[in-house]
Amino acid sequence: MIRSLRLPLLLVAVLVAGACTDPDRLRGGAGANDPNALGLNGGGGDPASPAYFQSTVGDRVLFAVDQSTLGDEAKQVLAGQAQWLNNNTSYSAIVEGHADEQGTREYNLALGARRANAVQEYLISQGVAGTRLRTVTYGKERPLEICSEEACYAKNRRAVTLLNNATGS
Amino acid sequence: MTIARLFLAALLALPIAPALAQDGPLRIDITEGVIEPLPIAVPTFVAENAEAQQLAQQLAQVVVDDLVGTGLFRQIPQEAFISNITSFDSPVQYADWKAINAQGLVTGSVNVGSGGRVNVKFRLFDVFAETTLGDGLQLGGSTDAWRRIAHKVADQVYSRITGEDGYFDSRVVFVSEDGPKNARQKRLAVMDQDGANVAYLTSSDSIVLAPRFSPTGNQVLYTSYETGFPKIYVLDVGTVQRRVLADQPGTMTFAPRFAPNGRTVVFSLSQGGNTDLYSLDIGGGSPRRLTDAPSIETAPSFSPDGNQIVFESDRSGAPQLYIMPAAGGEPRRISNGAGRYGTPVWSPRGDLIAFTKQNQGRFHIGVMRTDGSEEVLLTASFLDEGPTWSPNGRVIMFTRETSGAGGAPALYSVDITGRNLKKIPTPSLASDPAWSPLLP
Repeated sequence: MIRSLRLPLLLVAVLVAGACTDPDRLRGGAGANDPNALGLNGGGGDPASPAYFQSTVGDRVLFAVDQSTLGDEAKQVLAGQAQWLNNNTSYSAIVEGHADEQGTREYNLALGARRANAVQEYLISQGVAGTRLRTVTYGKERPLEICSEEACYAKNRRAVTLLNNATGS
Repeated sequence: MTIARLFLAALLALPIAPALAQDGPLRIDITEGVIEPLPIAVPTFVAENAEAQQLAQQLAQVVVDDLVGTGLFRQIPQEAFISNITSFDSPVQYADWKAINAQGLVTGSVNVGSGGRVNVKFRLFDVFAETTLGDGLQLGGSTDAWRRIAHKVADQVYSRITGEDGYFDSRVVFVSEDGPKNARQKRLAVMDQDGANVAYLTSSDSIVLAPRFSPTGNQVLYTSYETGFPKIYVLDVGTVQRRVLADQPGTMTFAPRFAPNGRTVVFSLSQGGNTDLYSLDIGGGSPRRLTDAPSIETAPSFSPDGNQIVFESDRSGAPQLYIMPAAGGEPRRISNGAGRYGTPVWSPRGDLIAFTKQNQGRFHIGVMRTDGSEEVLLTASFLDEGPTWSPNGRVIMFTRETSGAGGAPALYSVDITGRNLKKIPTPSLASDPAWSPLLP
């Protein structure tokens, strides 16, 4: 717990303005402990900005085939998300659960719901109020990557945390 | 969008010749799987007035397309005809039709009356028995319902020759898709089973999924993201009015299916990451829980008598098929082969369950008996899913999606012997077909 809470603070110190568009930053939340995989897009420099949350904290975690359990790297990313949400309490979030195309439509909806819920539960365990979080499943309806290979499937098996500014900025 | 009312009336009480059973009656036994299609002749129908000229040709063509489209019949081309049908009531020259090996002969006449009413008469002949097969019939309707009249004629011919109910005068509700794979726009659409007369039931503003007809075909259940979250809706096909069915905060609902009584709806409700089956009355009231397990329970389908539900669950670790009483209760697993099983759909006859199977990177549409025995895989491709039964339980329609960045879904059908795989024409990409009952 302490280790995962400390990490985002460390990342803030490490961050530089070098833009990185390596899509692999998204993989397994690896970006959380690999400075080379960190990306800054546009206004990501302000640690209180949604852009910072999206590209520096990391707005998504990935899952193994058919699984909704969170690996260590995913937990690190989510600890960063929780930290950010705890520091920026005017935001609420919707967690989107997604599946790859290798499954039937309705099963994948249920699988996406499981993944989104796993993320929500973890954020709550890190101190984020459950009332600030909602989940939605998209099953296989909104793939991020469109090739029919494991490289794409791996990025599509994801849960993405989308911010809402409750105070309406 | 209104479906024109159709009137059926017996025209001629032509007796069925009792001698028909001799000398190889005109008969196809579908269950044996037909390899050699039965040759039939369908001459252009006789136009009884000038207004009927065009329809006479079109009607005969739709009848031919329906019959030949089953793979059970072969059309004898008009060029081969020795005699022609110029009068509906003149005696048929059997020798001329025997000479070109027409086993079945369909004759018809068309009259377009005042106010656009069309009347169609037809007869079916068993050429080698030199007799009619069944009574002559007259069908009437408005001219814009002419395709339905043709389908009714084809259903009669199919039924008289196979001994099975037909399925041509039926509709299919499906999801029409446009746009790139990562931003697909979806809307509900309905069409005749042959792809004609497409009409749209919703806009593309929100994702819609997996529609199902009510037992009368007047209503459609489906899932929509209208609120930003998946919720089940019921839509009236005639008025296109819709309403949400289960809208408890903090829940998502999907996979709705009608019970045969047309009032009970069974569906999946997802809460706290867990998906179980629930039922509710379409008139209102709170959902009643049917399953209570930490696993995924979804894709329900009622038995035709309404007493049982087959569904998909991953309680064993991977998705498999289970049957339980309609009110809930201990499920028994019926799928036992290698791979993952999903989207079970009970056949209208009650004897078979169609399903999607995923095994070794391929998807299949298959059928098994209700105890899980006699599994047969009918198709194989990169992605086949979501079978739906023709009203007579002889044909299965499903979604086939191609792979890769340009991958796209389309509707296909196959008969339950695994023959006659074909693509159903649609104006754009299409998925999630659901067949209506035979129209009245």
